[in-house]
Amino acid sequence: MSVFRNTVFLAVIAGLFAGIVMAGLQGMFTVPLILAAEAYEQTGAPAPDHDHGQEVAASDHHHGEDAWMPADGAERTVYTVLVNIVTAIGFALVLVAASEAAGGIAGWRQGLLWGLSGFAVFTLAPGLGLPPELPGMPAADLLARQAWWIATVCATAAGLALIVFGRRALLAVAGVALIVAPHALGAPQPASHETAVPAALHHDFVVAVTLTNLVFWLVLGAAVGVARARFAEAMDAPQSHLA
Amino acid sequence: MMTASTMPGAGHAAMARIRPLLMTGLLGLAIIGVAGFAHMDVVHNAGHDYRHSMAFPCH
Repeated sequence: MSVFRNTVFLAVIAGLFAGIVMAGLQGMFTVPLILAAEAYEQTGAPAPDHDHGQEVAASDHHHGEDAWMPADGAERTVYTVLVNIVTAIGFALVLVAASEAAGGIAGWRQGLLWGLSGFAVFTLAPGLGLPPELPGMPAADLLARQAWWIATVCATAAGLALIVFGRRALLAVAGVALIVAPHALGAPQPASHETAVPAALHHDFVVAVTLTNLVFWLVLGAAVGVARARFAEAMDAPQSHLA
Repeated sequence: MMTASTMPGAGHAAMARIRPLLMTGLLGLAIIGVAGFAHMDVVHNAGHDYRHSMAFPCH
């Protein structure tokens, strides 16, 4: 049980730190653009709820109008910060589990490399097919996009693992194929990309999301590396080649 | 704190680490799944700005 307890403890510490950093970054760089897009959304379609893309509203939309939502302002910010921290701990748990299987992250510098991998897996790869969306932008069916996103993340993670830890050239080739495959299949796209949201606003949002996620993953990886040094004795185990 | 390296034999120690590491990873995936992908209105609305900021498919 101690391995589980130690990994969770390590992930909570690193995730808490990276989540707070990320909440600050989002408050500065991404949330203002989301709020700006909602203004266009509201002038475009006079829905009382703020989360209706026109296409999606007609099809697979099941957000009840009566459902609770945080009030704009402080309450909405508090929930964004809370979800940031909780989910950062979730990402940290995955990162710690994967890196411990490969022998553990030794120091902040190795942590940066693991963080880059996390960024590639969870942001870069799915973002190629499904770029960050602002409210009010048309999108394909939600379930189809979620399925493609999850499949792409899994394929990219497995592909990277094969490239880095595979012992044979053939495994590296298979890894590249796994990373390319979801993009060869293609992500679900909307019938039309027409939107009231200006292209320049969307461009700024894509840049802001990508860079804030890059910083988040670098901070998370480095934080795991630094925090792990403190528990090195407890975490240390014979090198296993699980990856 | 107890360490996995007290287990006899490297093979056993590696095996002993697989299960807790899997549990750790699955716990993390479950958290990400609920925060980023659950269709429940309340979860969606609370995490709305976060989901957009992380480029999770939303709406």
